[in-house]
Amino acid sequence: MSAMVRLRGVHKSFGALHVLRGVDLDVRQGQVLVILGPSGSGKSTLLRTINHLEKVDRGSVRVDGQLLGYRQAGTRLYELPEREVLRQRTQIGFVFQSFNLFPHLTVRQNLMEAPLSAQGRPRAEVAPLAERLLVRVGLADKADAYPRTLSGGQQQRVAIARALALEPKLLLFDEPTSALDPELVGEVLDVIKDLARGGTTMIVVTHEIGFAREVADIVAFMDAGRIVELGPPAQLLDAPAHERTRTFLGKVL
Amino acid sequence: MTLPEVQEVSRQDAERPLEVVTARHPLRWLAAAGVLVVLAMVASALITNPAWEWPIVGQYLFAPSVVRSVLLTLELTALGIVLGFVLGTLLALMRLSPNRLLSSVAWAYVWLFRSVPLILQLLFWYNLALLYPRLSVGVPFGPAFFDFGTMDLIGPLTAAALGLALHQAAYAAEIVRGGLLSVDHGQREAAAALGLPPARRLFRIILPQAMRTIVPTAGNEIIGLVKGTSVVYVMALPELFYQVQVIYNRNGRVMALLLVAAIWYLILTTALSIVQYYVERHYGRGRG
Repeated sequence: MSAMVRLRGVHKSFGALHVLRGVDLDVRQGQVLVILGPSGSGKSTLLRTINHLEKVDRGSVRVDGQLLGYRQAGTRLYELPEREVLRQRTQIGFVFQSFNLFPHLTVRQNLMEAPLSAQGRPRAEVAPLAERLLVRVGLADKADAYPRTLSGGQQQRVAIARALALEPKLLLFDEPTSALDPELVGEVLDVIKDLARGGTTMIVVTHEIGFAREVADIVAFMDAGRIVELGPPAQLLDAPAHERTRTFLGKVL
Repeated sequence: MTLPEVQEVSRQDAERPLEVVTARHPLRWLAAAGVLVVLAMVASALITNPAWEWPIVGQYLFAPSVVRSVLLTLELTALGIVLGFVLGTLLALMRLSPNRLLSSVAWAYVWLFRSVPLILQLLFWYNLALLYPRLSVGVPFGPAFFDFGTMDLIGPLTAAALGLALHQAAYAAEIVRGGLLSVDHGQREAAAALGLPPARRLFRIILPQAMRTIVPTAGNEIIGLVKGTSVVYVMALPELFYQVQVIYNRNGRVMALLLVAAIWYLILTTALSIVQYYVERHYGRGRG
C-alpha cells in the first residue's frame, strides 16, 4: 500500500525552542496512527505541520505523494503561493481541541462553508452532503442550531462533520476530547471509531490510551521533539521497548 | 441528638408554607420623590419662561433652510463615516500586516491624524490651494493625464468631507483593529485549515465576528461625528449649526434657534441609536 503521509527529517523551532528535532513518519492509506506523549513533546506541532498550519524549518512533509507547501526544484524547496497551499489543505481535514466552529454561522452553514467557497462546489450538491454528514454524526436535528447552543460533545461532532465535508484523503485530530467533560468523551470517540472502521486514514493526537488500544493500527510515542518508539498498540502499550515510554505509560495508565 | 428536631421543623414547613415579605426601601422612595420634584421644576422652567420662545422654535424647526442644512449635515456625516471606515479598515489591515513598511505607515497615519485638531485639519484642506495650486492625475513622478485647479476640485464641501473622513479614518482604524484582534485566533486557524480563500476568511469569518466589538464603539464615533460636523461652520458651509447662526444673527432669536439645532441633533442621534440597536442584534446572532 502507498504512503498517505510521509515525513522525513522534520525540524521546527519557535525562536530558541526546538520543538521538532528530526521526525520521520510513514502512515499508509487506511491506517490509523495514534500519537501519545507528554505535553510539550511536540505532538500537536507535528500534527499541525501535516496540513501546513506550521511551516517546517527543515525536512519534508508529503501527503499522498505531494510535497506540502513547497515545490521542489533540484535540492531547493520553493514556497508555494497561498492559493496552492489552500487547495492542498482542502484534502486534509483538521479537528481542533477547542472545536473552533464559526459561532455566527449555523451548524449547516459551518458544514457548507468550505465545500462552497474553498472547493467551489455547487450548493445543490453540498446541501445534501451536509445533511448526510449530520446524520452520520447523529445531529440531523441540529442543522439550524447555532454552535453556542450545543454541548461540547455535540460541537466536536459538528467539527468532525465539517472536516469531513471536504471529503478529505486524510483526517488529523488534535486532542479532540481534551476540552470535553468526561461524560461527553465517549460520544466523540464513537464517531472517530466509526470513521476508523470505514477505512479513513487518520492521525490522532490524544491522551486516551483505551482509544489507542482499540482503534490504532500503529501507536507512536513522542518525547522532546522526537518519535521515541513506534509500533502496533499491543506491543507499544503492553511491552514498550524504551524506558521513557514505560515511565509515561506508568503515569497515565 | 439534633436529628429529631430537624425532622420536626421540616414537618411543620410542609404543613404551612412560609411566606416571603420583601424588604422596604424608604430611602430609595425619598430619592425618587426628590428627583421627581427636580424634573417638575425643569419642565416648568422650560415651559413657563416665555424667553425660550417655543412658538419661534416651532416656526423654524421645519423651515426649508433649516431642513436643507439638516440634509447637508447628514450628507457630511455619511461621507465622513463611509469613507472614514473604508479607509480605516484598510489602515487596520495594513497595521496588522507582517510587512513592516505597511504597518509603520498605518501607525504613522493614525498618530498624525489623531494628534492634529479636527478644526485645524479642516482649515488645512480648505486652504490646500495655497500649497498646491494645481493637482494632476498621472504616472507617479511621470507624465500627467489630467490636470485640475485645486480650487475647482476641492470646494468647501469636498474639503469638509475629506477632512472629516481622513480624521475619522484614524479613529476607525483603531476601532477596526481592536475588533479584528478580539476574534479568537482559533477562528483564523479553522478557516485556514478548511482552505478558505483569504478574502472569504476576512469577510465571512473574521469581520462578522469582529463587528460585535466594532459596532458599539463605532456607534459612539458616528454619533460623535453627527455633532462633529458642526465644526465645519468654520468653512462657511450651511450645515445645521452654521445655518442657525446665520438665522439668529439676522433675527436675534438666539436661544430659540439654538434649541432648533439641539432638537435636530437629538432626532438624528436618536435615529442612529435605534439603527445601532438593530445592527448589534444582527451581529450578535448565535450568541446567547
